[in-house]
Amino acid sequence: MAVTEPRRIYSGSRIPSPVPTLLQVATDVEDPEDILQVNFGPNHPSTHGVLRLVVDLSGERVVGLRAVIGYLHTGFEKNMEQKTWWKAITYPERIDYVSFQNNELVFVLAIEKLLELEVPPKATWMRMLLCELNRIHSHLVFLGTSALELGAISMFWYCFRERDLVLDLSELATGMRMHTRYFQAGGLAEDIPRGFEAECRKFVEWMPKALDDYEAILSRNEIWLERTRGIGLLSADDAIALGQSGPVLRASGVDWDLRRDRPYLAYPALDFNVPVYPNGDVYDRYLVRMDEMRESVRIVEQCLDGMPEGPWTADDRKVVLPPRHELHTSMESLIHHFKIVTEGYRVPEGEVYVTVESARGEMGCFVVSDGGPRPWRVKFRAPSFVALEATATTMTNALVADMIAIVGSLDSVMGEVDR
Amino acid sequence: MVERREVLGETTLVVDPARIVEACVHLRDEEGFNFLSDITPVDYLGWGESEVAGYYGTSLGRGLGPQSAQGFARTPDPKPARFALNYHLLSIPGAQVVRVQVWLEDGQSVQSVVEVWPTADWHEREAFDMMGIVFDGHPNLTRILMEDDWEGHPLRKDYPIGGEPVRFSGDE
Repeated sequence: MAVTEPRRIYSGSRIPSPVPTLLQVATDVEDPEDILQVNFGPNHPSTHGVLRLVVDLSGERVVGLRAVIGYLHTGFEKNMEQKTWWKAITYPERIDYVSFQNNELVFVLAIEKLLELEVPPKATWMRMLLCELNRIHSHLVFLGTSALELGAISMFWYCFRERDLVLDLSELATGMRMHTRYFQAGGLAEDIPRGFEAECRKFVEWMPKALDDYEAILSRNEIWLERTRGIGLLSADDAIALGQSGPVLRASGVDWDLRRDRPYLAYPALDFNVPVYPNGDVYDRYLVRMDEMRESVRIVEQCLDGMPEGPWTADDRKVVLPPRHELHTSMESLIHHFKIVTEGYRVPEGEVYVTVESARGEMGCFVVSDGGPRPWRVKFRAPSFVALEATATTMTNALVADMIAIVGSLDSVMGEVDR
Repeated sequence: MVERREVLGETTLVVDPARIVEACVHLRDEEGFNFLSDITPVDYLGWGESEVAGYYGTSLGRGLGPQSAQGFARTPDPKPARFALNYHLLSIPGAQVVRVQVWLEDGQSVQSVVEVWPTADWHEREAFDMMGIVFDGHPNLTRILMEDDWEGHPLRKDYPIGGEPVRFSGDE
């Protein structure tokens, strides 16, 4: 059985030259007569949205490749410049609609850094909890769709069953299944509801069993192994040169996780492992994500255990909405409420770059403020965007059938790529 | 290097645009910044033209009494040129970050860093597409998010919101 065969990653660099993201047909090797150019996407179910790959095929081999993006460009960054800080928080979630909670977090952290605002510990811990639930959600979508594309339709149903549990928890805590806008500058939008902890504990108990089931279906499945092992290779040096981050980087043997190495929130207080696998293929990316889900479950459990008591949002009336009941009795509160909702709060002049480890990798947010109520410039460093830069390198010598597995393993969300 | 700033715990190195590649190679090889996170262009057209009222803090900075104190109106500090390009670098496994900044006037081009970090390819194409910054020596500087025949650069401050020409209208 193929399982015991050692896999070897290539040596040297495979990044195409002169354009690192464009695999050009080697005309000295390939006969131009044999080459067929095929458009893969933008409307193809296996491209995870509207990715278009222009592929040069020689028989079944990929000999040339060009990724074309931009079909989902909606100008989020331009839009955010027109909104007040307070209203702009709803945008980042919609950029990456699978890893929404982490995106919301990165923008809120950027605002708080400019405001130099202290966030109460309860809010910090709840943020970690929801971000880890969101990571599980994102990886479940990855696993379900990738397996579906390789023919394992039952995986899709199982993964989406557990995904729904996560969304139920999200709905319970925030009122929304997705795009919660639950984090805001200063803390959370509402207190954690009663009953959340009990429901969340049920999930924490259930999820490892579900993960065992997934592994029972896939990890020793001959078809899955044949389709994923040794496919879509990316070496550690190439991964760093191409700016890959998150599970793709860790599956190439680079031990790097922003949660541990450049900590934010209260991650240093938690005990978790960073899974790293050395082979840089589709199978290792799958393994990294499976292990990360287990770690995330552990983190959620630790967050539940360590959840501090106290306020859920900073007591800063210039930034945070006053409690609703005060509006009927306090003139001051009414004024603050009115000012924040109409004009928005002001953020001091400055520029910051904040990164978090989203489900897809390094999610960065660069924010410039001129001291006014609206951001001057917001830019997201989208890990999906960067992941697609690796298509040319990972698909060197690939077969056309492997392309689907490779695109799936890079786990790009086109909303985030095109913004 | 022109200037070094430390604000809010972030280091910014302002570099002469003509020597950006030299600076990047030095940072990569000598200082260990082997990972390019991001290239962000910012358009400062109209920056500081209107005074920002009700500024949060004081004209000298923050710390006017308690947290959330309201300070004076002031004009934001002037910027040296219209465009800023911010290169966010990271060192793995050193876990250091640094921001390299170059300032460009409209129409001024800058040397591409694709040779230094291959990942700069798409970041520079995006900066060109969205802001119209030209990177000399980039092997494939074409639009990436907008269509190839798009006019203008949408993230510039003088680019209007809405009102783009309707395609496939009856006149065509």
